[in-house]
Amino acid sequence: MHISIFDVLGPIMIGPSSSHTAGAARLAYIARQIVGCDFKRVDFYLHGSFAQTYKGHGTDRALVAGALGLKEDDERLPQAFILAEKKGLTYSFQPIELEGVHENTVKMIFHLEDGQKNTIIGSSLGGAQIIISEIDGFATEYRALSPTLLITQQDRQGVINKITSVLAALDINIGVMKVSRKNRGSIASCIIETDEQIPAEVGKILRSIPQVNSVIIINAL
Amino acid sequence: MYTDVQELLQRAIEENKPLSFVVLQSEMKLTEKTEEEVFAGLKQTFSIMEKSATNALEEPLNSVHSLITGVAHRQFLYSSQENSFLGPVLNLMMARALSSSETNAAMGLICAAPTAGASGIVPAVILTAAEHLGADQKKVLEGLLTASGIGAIITRNATVSGAEGGCQAECGVAAAMAAAAIVEMAGGRPQQCIEAASFALINVMGLICDPIAGLVQLPCAYRNASQSINAFLSADLALAGQVCPIPLDEVIDAMFKTGKMLPMQLRETALGGIAATPTGRKLAEEIYKK
Repeated sequence: MHISIFDVLGPIMIGPSSSHTAGAARLAYIARQIVGCDFKRVDFYLHGSFAQTYKGHGTDRALVAGALGLKEDDERLPQAFILAEKKGLTYSFQPIELEGVHENTVKMIFHLEDGQKNTIIGSSLGGAQIIISEIDGFATEYRALSPTLLITQQDRQGVINKITSVLAALDINIGVMKVSRKNRGSIASCIIETDEQIPAEVGKILRSIPQVNSVIIINAL
Repeated sequence: MYTDVQELLQRAIEENKPLSFVVLQSEMKLTEKTEEEVFAGLKQTFSIMEKSATNALEEPLNSVHSLITGVAHRQFLYSSQENSFLGPVLNLMMARALSSSETNAAMGLICAAPTAGASGIVPAVILTAAEHLGADQKKVLEGLLTASGIGAIITRNATVSGAEGGCQAECGVAAAMAAAAIVEMAGGRPQQCIEAASFALINVMGLICDPIAGLVQLPCAYRNASQSINAFLSADLALAGQVCPIPLDEVIDAMFKTGKMLPMQLRETALGGIAATPTGRKLAEEIYKK
C-alpha cells in the first residue's frame, strides 16, 4: 500500500474532526445523491460516539450541510442550519442503538416531496473516509471513492449480464461491483464503481432494460 | 516508491538528491500526476495552512462549543515582548500553532497534517522556519514534500490515529514530519532530516491522547504549541551533528507498539489523563449543556 502525500496532508476540511465533522458531511452529501431527487425533511438517527459528542464536534451542522449538497471543505458548513431554513429543509437529530455497526454511524431518513421515504445507513471511518452500509433495506459496502452506478433490478437470470454489456459497449471499466437481494426472485440491488466518469446516457440506456427498476449515477464525490 | 525510511534515504543518497526529490518522484508515479500538478496541489494546501496559522492571531475566533477561544491572540500579543524565555520568534510560532487549533475548534477551514487535531504543527513550523531562513516558496513546498514523505511512511507502517496510538501518533508524528522538513530547508543532509524526525518522536514517546469532553481542543491546542517547539529543537539537535542511535524505522515501530500498549482510557476516549480529572469532567458537562 502506497500513500499519496495528499492523504497525509489532508483532508482539507472544516474542523474540528475528520471523523465527526468531515466524515459526517460526506455521509449526508453522498446520501443526498443516492436519494437523487428533492426532499423536504431529513431525520438523523445517531449511534455510538456520534450520539454522545455530536454537538461539540458540529456533527449536526455537518450532516445538514451534506444534505444541502455542501462538501466537507465548504466554508458555509457552520451556517448549515440557517441555509436549511432558507431552502425550506427541516431536520431532526435523535439517538439510536444500532446492532453490529461502527462506533460513528448515522441512519438517515429522507422524506421526499411525494411522501415517499429513503433510508440510508452509513459510518464515518476516520480521516473523512466513509462507508454506506445500507440503502432502503439493501446491505451494501459502498465507500464512494469513484464514480458509481446504483441500480435496482428484478432478481432474474441474465439481467446483470445485460447491465455489464451496456458498460462494456461504452468502454467503461468496472472497478468494483456488488449485487445483493432481499429475497430470491424479488428486487435486487447492484452497485458498480467505475474508473471513469459515467455519462448521463448510460442511465438512459440502462433504464430501457425492462427488468431494471431504477438507476442513479453518482459522479460528484 | 519506498516502503520505509531506509529505502527513502537510500534512494536520496544514491541519486545525491534531497528527500523531497524522492518523495516527488514517488508521488508522480503513484498518482500519474506531473511535477507541475503536484506542486499546484502543494501550493493550494500551503495557502490553507498559512491562513489557518494566521487568522486567529489578530482577534479571537468565537465559537459556542470552544474552550480555547482567544488562545492564539493571547500568545500573539505576548510574542512581541523581548523578555520572554523563548523570544519573539518561537512565541510567534506557538501563536501560529494555536491559531490553527483555534480555527479547527471554531469550525474553520484547516488541512489535516496528518490529522485535524495536530493540524497546527506543520504550518507553524514551516512558516516560521521559512521566515527565519529567508526561504522562497519552492523551498517551502519541498519542505512539505519531505514532511509528507515521513508522514506517509508512518501512516503505512504504524498509525497516525490518536484512538490507536495516542497523541504521540498525532502531534508527535506532526513534529517529526516538520522537523525533517526544516532540516532540509536549512540545507541539512537527508540523513540529518531523518535524525531530526527520530529525535522528535523519541521526545514524545508514549504521550497519551486525553481530550477534555472528547473534543479536539484541550490539551490538543497546547500540544500543538509544544510539539512545534519539539520540531525546532529536534532539527537543531540534528543540524548540530547529534546522532540518534536508533534508526527512524525502529523508532516508528517502537511508537506504534507503545501506542498499542496504552490502555484504551488513554487513547482518545476521554476516560483518562486530564480529561478524567474532576475539572475536566466538569468542563465536559458544561459544554454539552450548551
